[in-house]
Amino acid sequence: MKFADISSSCRASNDWGPLVQSVPYARFLNLRIDIKGEEFTCILPFDQKLIGNPVLPALHGGATGGFMECAGMFYLLWQMDTQTLPKTIDFNIDYLRTGLARDTYANVVMVKQGRRVANLRIEAWQSSPDKPIALGHCNFMLGA
Amino acid sequence: MAPTMSLEEFAQFWEKSEYASPYNRELELQPHSVRPDWCVLKVEYARNLVGDPNTRVLHGGVITALLDAAFGFSIFVKMPQMPQIRPMATLDLRIDYLKPATPDKAVLGGAVCYKMTADLAFVRGCAYHELADDPIATAVGIFMFTDGPTLIGNEELAR
Repeated sequence: MKFADISSSCRASNDWGPLVQSVPYARFLNLRIDIKGEEFTCILPFDQKLIGNPVLPALHGGATGGFMECAGMFYLLWQMDTQTLPKTIDFNIDYLRTGLARDTYANVVMVKQGRRVANLRIEAWQSSPDKPIALGHCNFMLGA
Repeated sequence: MAPTMSLEEFAQFWEKSEYASPYNRELELQPHSVRPDWCVLKVEYARNLVGDPNTRVLHGGVITALLDAAFGFSIFVKMPQMPQIRPMATLDLRIDYLKPATPDKAVLGGAVCYKMTADLAFVRGCAYHELADDPIATAVGIFMFTDGPTLIGNEELAR
């Protein structure tokens, strides 16, 4: 499977569903990608299975984290033509607010794009982008 | 000295909390072994959790969830009145991915809570197949206890 081919056909149609469908874990999370001009948003639709603490209720930290990691990977596939998937080198997450039982959005900022490594900041939010529920900071090793 | 817990007691306890945590159940996380200084959970290889269809390697998000859950349990077994479920939230988590998980193999997530204060628990751990000293990923985290109603629905709480 050549991700560059999938990305370029998604880019042509601005329908990123096929890219999400090509990654089983992203399909498991039922992710959506919404691109408007230069604005990239990844969406995690709420599902009961994502709950970690049913008393609050709150999203599982692992679900939020996995979603943010996917968002970073898809952002890189959108930004560049690469035959292989970028690999996560490390991932730092600060959990700032309880993830409530509702849809979550992620925006991504490329802090630095190097030749081999991309450094990203990923912001996950629910009610408003200026009230992030979690901030991620990660390095991805870029593929060929 | 924290009291110890048998794997059976731990499994029973896990069943209860697994019932309470849909995402852990969804990933089919299972208790593997338990000691106060090393609590291990297991996730079986599953095709729907693959991150890269070309290599068939599990997605990092599965490792994140496995370690997050193992961290939670390493804290529970260190509770003075164990087993006692004290609500808590992940404050921060750092994961280094050292090598890809091998396709078709289950992944273990081991963790220890090495410091606990009134408000916080500090944990570290790693994900591996057979040997903890040949890890797939290493991780550290900090959890905060969320007793009382103050943190419930803290959407507006300034941080």
